[in-house]
This record gives sequence, structure tokens and C-alpha cells, in this order.
Amino acid sequence: MGNYLKLIALGLITLFAAVAANWGRDLAYVVHAIIIMLVSGFMFLRVLRATDEPVQAVATDGYMDGVVRAGVIATGFWGVVGFLVGVVIAFQLAFPQLNFEVLQPYGNFGRLRPLHTSAVIFAFGGNALIMSSFYIVQRTCGARLWGGNLAWFVFWGYNLFIVLAATGYLLGATQSKEYAEPEWYVDIWLTIVWVSFLLVYLGTIFKRTEKHIYVANWFLLSFIITVAMLHLVNNISIPVSIWGSKSVQIFSGVQDAMTQWWYGHNAVGFFLTAGFLGMMYYFVPKQAGRPVFSYKLSIIHFWALIFLYIWAGPHHLHYTALPDWASTLGMVFSIILWMPSWGGMINGLMTLQGAWDKLRTDPIIRMMVISLAFYGMSTFEGPMMSIRAVNSLSHYTDWTIGHVHSGALGWNGMITFSALYFLTPKLWGRAQMYSMSAINWHFWLATIGIILYAASMWVTGIMEGLMWREVDANGFLVNSFADTVSAKFPMYVVRGLGGVLYLAGALIMAWNMFMTIRGGQKVAARVGVPAE
Amino acid sequence: MSSKDNKDIDDVTGIDTTGHAWDGIKELNNPLPRWWLWCFYLTIFWGICYSIAYPAWPLVKGATAGVLGYSTRAEVAAEITRFEEANAEISAQLAAADLSTLSENEELQRFATSAGGAVFRNNCSQCHGSGAAGAVGYPNLLDDDWLWGGDFENITYTIRHGIRNEEDWDARYSEMTAYDEILSDEEIDATVQYVRQISGQDHDATLAGAGEATFMDNCAACHGDDGKGSYDLGAPNLTDAIWLYGGDAATLEETIRYARFGVMPPWGSRLSEAEIKAVSAYVHQLGGGE
Repeated sequence: MGNYLKLIALGLITLFAAVAANWGRDLAYVVHAIIIMLVSGFMFLRVLRATDEPVQAVATDGYMDGVVRAGVIATGFWGVVGFLVGVVIAFQLAFPQLNFEVLQPYGNFGRLRPLHTSAVIFAFGGNALIMSSFYIVQRTCGARLWGGNLAWFVFWGYNLFIVLAATGYLLGATQSKEYAEPEWYVDIWLTIVWVSFLLVYLGTIFKRTEKHIYVANWFLLSFIITVAMLHLVNNISIPVSIWGSKSVQIFSGVQDAMTQWWYGHNAVGFFLTAGFLGMMYYFVPKQAGRPVFSYKLSIIHFWALIFLYIWAGPHHLHYTALPDWASTLGMVFSIILWMPSWGGMINGLMTLQGAWDKLRTDPIIRMMVISLAFYGMSTFEGPMMSIRAVNSLSHYTDWTIGHVHSGALGWNGMITFSALYFLTPKLWGRAQMYSMSAINWHFWLATIGIILYAASMWVTGIMEGLMWREVDANGFLVNSFADTVSAKFPMYVVRGLGGVLYLAGALIMAWNMFMTIRGGQKVAARVGVPAE
Repeated sequence: MSSKDNKDIDDVTGIDTTGHAWDGIKELNNPLPRWWLWCFYLTIFWGICYSIAYPAWPLVKGATAGVLGYSTRAEVAAEITRFEEANAEISAQLAAADLSTLSENEELQRFATSAGGAVFRNNCSQCHGSGAAGAVGYPNLLDDDWLWGGDFENITYTIRHGIRNEEDWDARYSEMTAYDEILSDEEIDATVQYVRQISGQDHDATLAGAGEATFMDNCAACHGDDGKGSYDLGAPNLTDAIWLYGGDAATLEETIRYARFGVMPPWGSRLSEAEIKAVSAYVHQLGGGE
């Protein structure tokens, strides 16, 4: 019976997508309709073949790790893709000739840039968060994932979202909201996937056999819920036509800007900070084999962090049409956020008490430490840059880009790499990664890459800010905008080289993962028994 | 959680744990680090003070203004006013000045050049380049080759009214004919070679000879019999090595077939009198002023 319902639904979707592909008003919409038609058509055939066949017994005991394995591979894959596009656009900025005429408009910097940001944040980071939250919630709740194959729907649905978003950018479909570029139908699809993610996660927590909910799960749950709220509010828009990708935002002017940066800053706060802190709170103590430093600190900094972060968005709009009072509040909450952010760093680093010697022998621990160090640095730099006077220099300059990347490459990237190195051998039944010295190479390449990236962007950002505001004795501007652009050239090359090193490290990781997985065995993990 | 008398002590640190383990992970019962807590309190205290001092808390109507009476708009306005007041006297002097005698007043000339440079970098450099060397289709302002004249009066007029725009009725205007459907392909080829001849480039002498008559019949009215152009019509001098769109045969053919229609916006409505004078003086002293 269930199969017949599935067939009807998939058949209708396929048919509708075919009609949409025929009537679509713009290229991106037509291509998306064809992708959806092919995917649902393929699913239709799969279900059809299975119908009236004897039902295979599905394992329902033990942890559900197949979806985590898929997530591990997807994370590695999207990481390499995202870093590669990043290197390309870094060199496009240094050498504009790389915006080759034959690739226009698809290979233009303007279209590749959102492809890069979405690939690293949502494809690489998002897959890392989904797969590690599936892994962590099972282990720390002592329960198999709730909802059967719903977890697989979340995985494939989320990756379909990524493909639709990425192809949309290249084909010119964007609602021009930073980090929320996908158009209305892609947003609707993500909403369905995200609610399913929330259901799987909450369902697993509800059926846990552990008495208490582990701190990693607080962070991950706050990440899932808040991202759902941010996504829904920031994407309220009215499609121009059901047969086209274009939509119109319901907010306008400074209200739209404020909504966008409330979203944008909390994408950093809840996606890249709270979510990854959830990963940190599981993988660091596991890898170090040490207890978490302070339970009290984890409670206090968790509640302080999630309460304060949500107000910090206006610091993206200093000296704009935003009223001064909102700008002040954004700045004040950002400064107060400093210590709650550092709580995570302290708890992570101090967890290594009694395991510091492992820094010498375990490159994964080393990655975790450098990750926490960059986390601490960028969560200090962020509040500092939110101060109005500092912001008047740093805003719109490459300093912001440097800040974002010291957080993203240092904190998010490094903690994800160490999670991948932790999980890959465990999920494929190996004692450890295929090559430990390759991890060491990855560590050094990535670290030097980040330093080149961040240092060059600090130099060029501050230089550019100073050049913009430079006036002579009579108050006349000294530099033209193009002067500041040409002055940045050497730093742009250094930044590109930093990106090459970081990408090289990720390629070594991909090779190392491939060699570890090849010949490995999928391990069926039993559900853990609560300790007490 | 374990009861008080059944503590689970961590061997390494000697600190008791909360007594629970998740997948083998325990938590120590360490207190909040004191320095962390005091820094946290300090930032909260600072936040309260700052939000009293500056506009911060939204009310039913408006928001608290802050005891310092600060506003970002007032801050910027004060800075602009400061420079405007400091420059008021010399700006008025410049607005009333006769540019042709500017060089007699060294102080005014220095002011005009630095003010004009700033105006140029903000408004003109997008097309003419930050060094004023121009680009294809955008005249180089460093040389002494002018389309509409390079004395103070002509430069000021061009800046004030612009060229071939629709906003200003006094804009400079002229229009080259597109000869694609007027001349035959042979005539166009021949004219191209003739133009290359009078500009001193490699050319086919036979074709150039044939092209001379076509040039005289069609082009000389604006560019002159000698091909040296005309300021009144904005017709470029074709005998020098300076080209706005290019002097190679292919570009010349394109120019003759489809013509050119370079546009410059009028700045009279955007810049003040002193700024127009200043940027005129700046452009004039770049190298080619007449």
C-alpha cells in the first residue's frame, strides 16, 4: 500500500516537473525542473521495481551508521569542491583575465563567489553537521536514529538542495541575499528537508536511554531549531510566477537589510558556531580520552551564547540607514558575547588537561587544538570589529574577508577535518587512518595556508581602509578607488597561494580517506548501554 | 548524578565528575574560571554604561537618545562642516576666479589642483582612469590632443555640460555618419588606407590614392581637408598617432562603417562652481592644457 502511495506521489512530481520544464520562463528554472524530473523519475522506477517483491528485512537494531558514512564521503567531496572554487575566485580577483570571455556569464566571479560560499558553508559545513549530529546523537543518547529511512531522506534531500542552489547560482538565479541566495522553490525544499532533520533529531532524543541530554546535543539542537527560524523569516518572498525562479522580497529597504543580517550573523552564530561547538563537545573529549573540563561552564556559556548571539546582527549595518539605537545594541551584545564564545574554547582546550602529551604524537589532537585556537582568535576579533570606531575602518574591506576565513578555515575546517579523521576509521572498521603522516602533512599545509590567508587579508584590509579615508590638509580624498584596488594586488596573490596550500591539504585528506575506506568493512555498531 | 558520598574522582586532576558518562565521556565538576566570570561581568557592566551613554533602547516612540547626545549622522555632518568652514573663503575665491589668471595666485592654484584631484578621482577616474590616461573610447587627458579644445574655457564647458548626453540641452553635440550603407566596401577599404596614409602608418598606396576622393567627399567636412579635425565639431585629428578607438585597419573600418557616439554626463548639476573650476584646473595642468 505504502509503495502505491509513493508511486502516485513520485509520478505526480515527475509529471509536474516535466510541465514546469516545458513552461519555465528562465534557464535556471528549466534546468532545475529537469533535474527534479530526473530525480523523481528515477525514484519512481526504483519504487516500481521493488513493488510486489519480497520485502528485505531491514536491520532496526544497532546504530544507523550508513547515513553517517554517506555524510562523511559527501563532506570530504564538497570540501574539495568548495576549496577549489575558492582558489579559482581568489585568483580571479588577483588576475581579472581569469574571468575568461568564453565562460561568460557562467564563470564570472559574481556567480562563482556565492557558489564558493555556499559550497563551503552549506555543502561542506552542512554535511559535516548533519552527519556528525546523526553520529553524536545516537552515541550520546544510546538510541538508534528515529524515523527509519527519514535520515536518508534528510541526507539526499539536503544534497539535492545543494545541487539546486549551486546550479542556480551559475545559471543566474539568485535572490541576492548573502548566504541566502537560493530562490523560492529551493527554499521551500530546504524547509521540508530541515523539518525532517529536526524530527529525526528530536525523535532520537525523545527515545534516548541515557537519563540526561549531553551538552553536544544542546548545541546541535539549538543549531537546528534556530537555523529553521532564520531560514523561514529571511526567505519570505512572493514568486513572480510559479513557472519562473524570480521572486520579490516582502521586506524592503532597511527592514530587509536588518532581516538579512539578523539571518546572516546568526548563520555564523548558529550554523558555524553553535553547531560546530556541538561537534567539538563530542570529538575533543573522545579523541583526548579525557572528561570535559567543566559542566558548569558548558551550561553557562551555552545559554549565554544562544541568548546573546541572536541580537548581534545590527553590527553588520553600522553607519547605514539603520537607526543608531539598533546599531548600538548590536555592538553591545557583540561585546558581551565575547566571554560566552570563549567558554567553548576554554572547555575544549582545558579538556586536554592530562592529555597534552598527545599533541606530540596525535596529529588529530593537534588539529583540534589549532581549531580551538582559531575559534578563540576569531571570536575575539569579531566583537572587536563590531565596535563602531573599529568598524568604520574595517567595514567593506578585506579585513572582514580575513576574519571570516580565520574562523571558517581555522575553526570550522580544522574541527571538521579532525572529525573526519576520527570517524572514517571507526565507520569502516580500521584501527586508524591509512596514513598518519598524511594527516601531519594536511595539518601543516592547512595551518600555513590559513596564516598566509589571514595575514594577507589583515594587511590589505587595513591598508585599504586607511587609503579610503585618507584626506589631505584641506579635507580632500587622496586616493581613487582604483588606486586601492591596484595596491592590493600582491596581497591577493599571497591569499591565493594560501588557498592553494589549504586545498592541497584537503586533497591529501581525500586521498587518505579513500585509502582508508578502500578494503575497509562497514561496521555494524551495537547500541550502547547507558553508563548508569 | 552520583550522591555526595559516592564521588567519581578523576585521577589526573583530582576533581570529581558529575557522575554521568555518555559514550564514555564524563564531565568534571570544575567551577567557572574566575577570570572568565569577571571578564563576563565586566563586559555586561560596560554594556549597561555604554547603552546609557549612547542611543540604545527602543521605546514606544523613538529610542533613548543617550546622555552624550551622540548620533552617527551628526558626527559625519560635523566633520564635513569642519572642512567646509575651513575651506569656505578659498572656495568662494576659486568659484569667482578667472582660471586663465590662476597661475598668478600660487595659493589658489595649489588649492584648486588638490581639490580638483579629489573631484577627479571620485567622479572622473571611473572612465578616464585614476591616472587620467584614459582607455579605449575614453580620451587620455594627459596629452595635448583634444577633441573639444583644451583651454580653460573649453575644458570647463565640457565638464559642466558633458558630451552627447540627453540631460543637458547645452551638451556638446555632433554625430558621425555610419557609412556602412552609404559607401561601397571598396570605398570603405580605400578610405581606411587613406586615413592610414595621412596618419603616417603602413598603407596600400594605390588604395589610399583612390580613398582620397572618398575622404574629401564624405569626411573632410568635419575632419578637415587636411584631416586635422575640428574642436567645434569634436572631430578627432586623424593625422597624429593618438587614437580614441584605435588606428589599426580593422578598427578604422569598424569606425567608418558603424560610427562612434561617445557620451559624457554633465557635471554642472552635480558639482559646485568651485568644484568645476577646481577639476578644470586639475585637468588643465595634467600636461596638455592650452
